[in-house]
Amino acid sequence: MSDAAWIDAALSAARPQAVGALLRHFRDLDTAEEAFQEACLRALKAWPRNGPPRDPAAWLIFVGRNVAIDHIRRRGRQEPLPEDDELVSDLDDAETAIAERLDDADYRDDILRLLFICCHPDLPAAHQVALALRIVSGLSVAQIARAFLVGESAMEQRITRAKNRIAKAGVAFETPGAPERAERLAAVAAMIYLVFNEGYSASGEAAARRRPLCDEAIRLARLLLRLFRGEPEVMGLTALLLLQHARTPARLDANGEIVLLEDQDRGLWDGRLIAEGLALIDKAMRHARPGPYQVQAAIAGLHARAARAEHTDWAQIDRLYAMLERMQPSPVVTLNRAVAVAKTRGPAAALDMIEPLAPRLSGYFHFFGVRGALLLQLGRGEEARVAFDQAIALANTAAEAAHIRLHLDRLQKDGVATPPATRGRSTGI
Amino acid sequence: MLYAILCYDSEAAVGAWSKEEEDAVMDRLAAVQRGLAERSKLGPVARLMPTTAATTLRKRDEPLVIDGPFAETKEQLLGFYVVDCDGLDEAIGIARALAQANPSQGAYEIRPLLLLRPGNLPT
Repeated sequence: MSDAAWIDAALSAARPQAVGALLRHFRDLDTAEEAFQEACLRALKAWPRNGPPRDPAAWLIFVGRNVAIDHIRRRGRQEPLPEDDELVSDLDDAETAIAERLDDADYRDDILRLLFICCHPDLPAAHQVALALRIVSGLSVAQIARAFLVGESAMEQRITRAKNRIAKAGVAFETPGAPERAERLAAVAAMIYLVFNEGYSASGEAAARRRPLCDEAIRLARLLLRLFRGEPEVMGLTALLLLQHARTPARLDANGEIVLLEDQDRGLWDGRLIAEGLALIDKAMRHARPGPYQVQAAIAGLHARAARAEHTDWAQIDRLYAMLERMQPSPVVTLNRAVAVAKTRGPAAALDMIEPLAPRLSGYFHFFGVRGALLLQLGRGEEARVAFDQAIALANTAAEAAHIRLHLDRLQKDGVATPPATRGRSTGI
Repeated sequence: MLYAILCYDSEAAVGAWSKEEEDAVMDRLAAVQRGLAERSKLGPVARLMPTTAATTLRKRDEPLVIDGPFAETKEQLLGFYVVDCDGLDEAIGIARALAQANPSQGAYEIRPLLLLRPGNLPT
């Protein structure tokens, strides 16, 4: 690894804390970002020469603050900036002092605030994600544009508009109380999951370009967990992302199409990510404070533990989905539960469970896919055909449609013969 | 004499490596390890999960279980090597070779071992 590479890694690791502290200081996002940028430029010159500072974040905050204050002072006077050495001299002493003043609680709220401003409820999900990647992760506009498959200027505009919206909304800079902190934490966790899903839901050519979003989301989740080490839901979120990302090498076939969970080559799953995810679930369970991320992580954990699809503990998955239904009632959760129920109690019980969902899921591909498969298992071929036709009409990708067509072809060929097993959702947890 | 070489680094910085950078570093470290193994100088090697996966038990009358590492530090213990050396100079030499293979920030703490039980875990 070259000098440049470790400095790069150190700068991006320090970024959330440094930008967060500069934001608290200047109360203006653009000023904070510019100050951090300037500090990074100086770090690129000073660190190879002087060696790494003891606390990179404190160094960047100190230098960034001085540079920005200097800018503001000189703006009116049109004077040139001082040489680097002037700004950086005596830094060692100052750095120690500032590092001592920045206690952990302070920087925790700084980073949380930085994450939280990206989750403003007025911002559409895609804008929240773009903003977080730009401000917190420090990805360039070009990198984000590439991940979202849009032009650079369009992304630039989107981020600028999102920033303006935030500036108008105003951000609370006082130290949050416990209820506000919990609220912020929940919003930030949801935003991190959005970042992950932007990367994870991609297929085809977009998949490789979007994969860095999954890595970035995991980095953010770990960051959040370092700040809130005792929060079981943050453990659950991190575990969920790790366990889902572990399947990435097996999720797409050679054509970039999604491979269903039960058809994946489990030997390709990343054992290290799975081990870490399971360790976090274990930790979270000790708190006996279950929440939706923990339950979803536990479901993903049960899939990860099954060396072969047929070893899956569907009874336990059924119980976990029942728990999730109580926490977050949603027809999609019930639909997922029905897949587990079909495995344990048979297709008739599963069908009874999903029939009441029809009005609410009438536009949902997976509803008709699951319904068709259940009907087929029950030997009700004609009804199954109708459901599969509806599914194809609602398919989002060619792979989804092709998968349903397999069922239809079999129906055509055999009349109603060997019923296929109920398939899980392709995006299944 | 047996020494432990304890590897400390900022896990946030290590976590910011790209996959290519990580693979390159791991390849170079593996080469150092192979050299040590060929000279029968390499004992157990461990890489730890991030401190987010750590749990700490504080000894009290009623021991207290806490999420996270035992102390919040700028750099974290990320792994360790056990090596067999003729003396401290050689151990420092090995740490230098590791540092060359992984020139990020951080530090190696070299601690002589008082006792090593190989244990009976399958490797």
